[in-house]
Amino acid sequence: MERRRFLSKCVSIAASGTVLGGLFKKAAAAPSDYDPKNHYYGMGIQIDKCIGCGKCVEACKEENEVPKEPFFFRTWVERYVIKKDGETSVQNIDTRIEKSNEVFSEKDIMRSFFVPKLCNQCENPPCVQVCPVGATFKTEDGVILVDDKRCIGCRYCIQACPYGARYLHPEKETAEKCTFCYHRITKGMLPACVEVCPTQARIFGDVRSSASPLGRFKRMNRLHVLKPSLNTEPKVSYSGLDGEVR
Amino acid sequence: MISPLTEKLFELLKQVTGYIYPNEIEVHWGILIVVYPYLTGLVAGAFILASLVKVFNVKEVQPVYRLAMLTALAFLLIAPLPLLLHLGHPERAYEIFLSPNFTSAMAMFGFVYAWYLMVVLILEIWFTYRKDLIVWSQSETGVMRLVHRVLALFSTDISDKAVEFDKRMVKGITIIGIPSAFLLHGYVGFIFGSIKANPWWSSVLMPIVFLFSAIVSGIALVIFLYMIITPLRKQMIDIRCLDKMASYLFYAVIVDFSLELLDFIHRLYESEESIKILSDLVMNKLFISLGVIQVLLGMLIPLVVMVAIRLFKFEEELRKLLYFVSVILIQLGIFATRWNVVIGGQMFSKSFRGLTAFKMDIGGMEGFLMTLVLLALPFIVLTILIKVMPPWDKPATSASDGVRA
Repeated sequence: MERRRFLSKCVSIAASGTVLGGLFKKAAAAPSDYDPKNHYYGMGIQIDKCIGCGKCVEACKEENEVPKEPFFFRTWVERYVIKKDGETSVQNIDTRIEKSNEVFSEKDIMRSFFVPKLCNQCENPPCVQVCPVGATFKTEDGVILVDDKRCIGCRYCIQACPYGARYLHPEKETAEKCTFCYHRITKGMLPACVEVCPTQARIFGDVRSSASPLGRFKRMNRLHVLKPSLNTEPKVSYSGLDGEVR
Repeated sequence: MISPLTEKLFELLKQVTGYIYPNEIEVHWGILIVVYPYLTGLVAGAFILASLVKVFNVKEVQPVYRLAMLTALAFLLIAPLPLLLHLGHPERAYEIFLSPNFTSAMAMFGFVYAWYLMVVLILEIWFTYRKDLIVWSQSETGVMRLVHRVLALFSTDISDKAVEFDKRMVKGITIIGIPSAFLLHGYVGFIFGSIKANPWWSSVLMPIVFLFSAIVSGIALVIFLYMIITPLRKQMIDIRCLDKMASYLFYAVIVDFSLELLDFIHRLYESEESIKILSDLVMNKLFISLGVIQVLLGMLIPLVVMVAIRLFKFEEELRKLLYFVSVILIQLGIFATRWNVVIGGQMFSKSFRGLTAFKMDIGGMEGFLMTLVLLALPFIVLTILIKVMPPWDKPATSASDGVRA
């Protein structure tokens, strides 16, 4: 009897699991159920956790078909080395460029760290302000996107971005930038860079929710954003950000 | 396969000093965007010179009134071309008119341009020429007769009352035209001056500096054209007209120079976060184009020459020669000014940690040859305009404008 009950329970759990799984699958396959009004996205970056492995950069290029050449990035990682003599050396971690392998003597280094960079998805985005045709816009869920069917390729947005987060796609001749992997997040997935980060240096989520990893990150850390004086109000915030970082 | 762009960028990567954001290696606004504010400036300057005649009744400048107006029109017709050619998707350019983003300074271009072309320049030129077009068509046959009749929009009334109305309209349009010309070039300055991300551009003085440099370049261009065309027509250069234009040019250069000096001193004195990289920029990347061409050749030398002309009362021929050399130097200087703003503003990283490089191609859409073509086109258009609507007029009309030469 016991065994029969156990087996029937197993069967019902398995069945409900399949049904639930099916439901989730349906939700994942149909972004039409997604209501942008219920979300407002941001990212937290823990400088102390970044090891500069560059997996995020690679994943981003793969996921978003970013041109492979080292002149087009939706996200990149900077290595800061601040030497005892006060000199700061910054490099883009990209193995394709020999320069990024510059080695410093340990004796000379005061402190060093890695800073992942990406579009800050500003609350007051200068790129959206200047786009002459409204091809760059802010979604209801707070992400800045580019409509490549509308972009005329004038590059004004590239000039207006204080963070160097945009490039002109060499074939499409339209502006491109980080979308927080919009095609993924609207299906409930994480941005590619967040998913592959081996140290969880990047935390993605809803800026308004407190019961979430991003909410916890914001409660537990002293935070800073890049170039606050420009009043762009970035939705990407950093913990442990050094004053040398621009 | 490596594309030519990638190949070029790899080449430029070797010339980067310090640290730049990885997306910054490509200088996005190249020589075409240098040409655009240069041409627009010439339009505004030439128009403002012409306006002196109508609004402030400066009789001496009368002989070049029509020439200045046609020059403004010729340059305005070509001015959007470099912008259009520079776009990644020129076939979508009409979107700027159909669905403009009203917070974008660039989107306003369409409206400012259309306003200036349609409401100011074309209307004023039409009212100025209307009577002449009718008179010419009456004594002509064949194609030119048809052309002039069409240009006059088949109007035939040359009664005193109608001509008086034309004159009143010209005066009225000029009064609207002066603020419009200020708007046209001030707005071009605003495109750059309003970019807070770029400390080299972001300055409230930018629209005013653009405006005065526009006036300088426009007056210099009209002087240049007048001095070239008049001898070609086997006519005498009206030295009173030349002296007067040169004196306006002198004042405009002084104001322009003072404004740029003020901007320079202000930046240096405030010494904000960007001062170090901007000093590097000026000393390393812009030394020739800014220090030598813009300031020394384009401003200081012409200023000294013009002061000397005022002090020493040189004889007419020498004055003409000095004016001619000065306006060429000034033209060179203003082109360098545009270069230093547009290219200079993209040679340093917004991380304020490094400088990038710019290499102009010879051929191609963004190349040197294309630039020459774009700079030559307005002169070709002007030649056609002069042929169709001679600004020096056979003395058929008693209208007060443009008859002297």
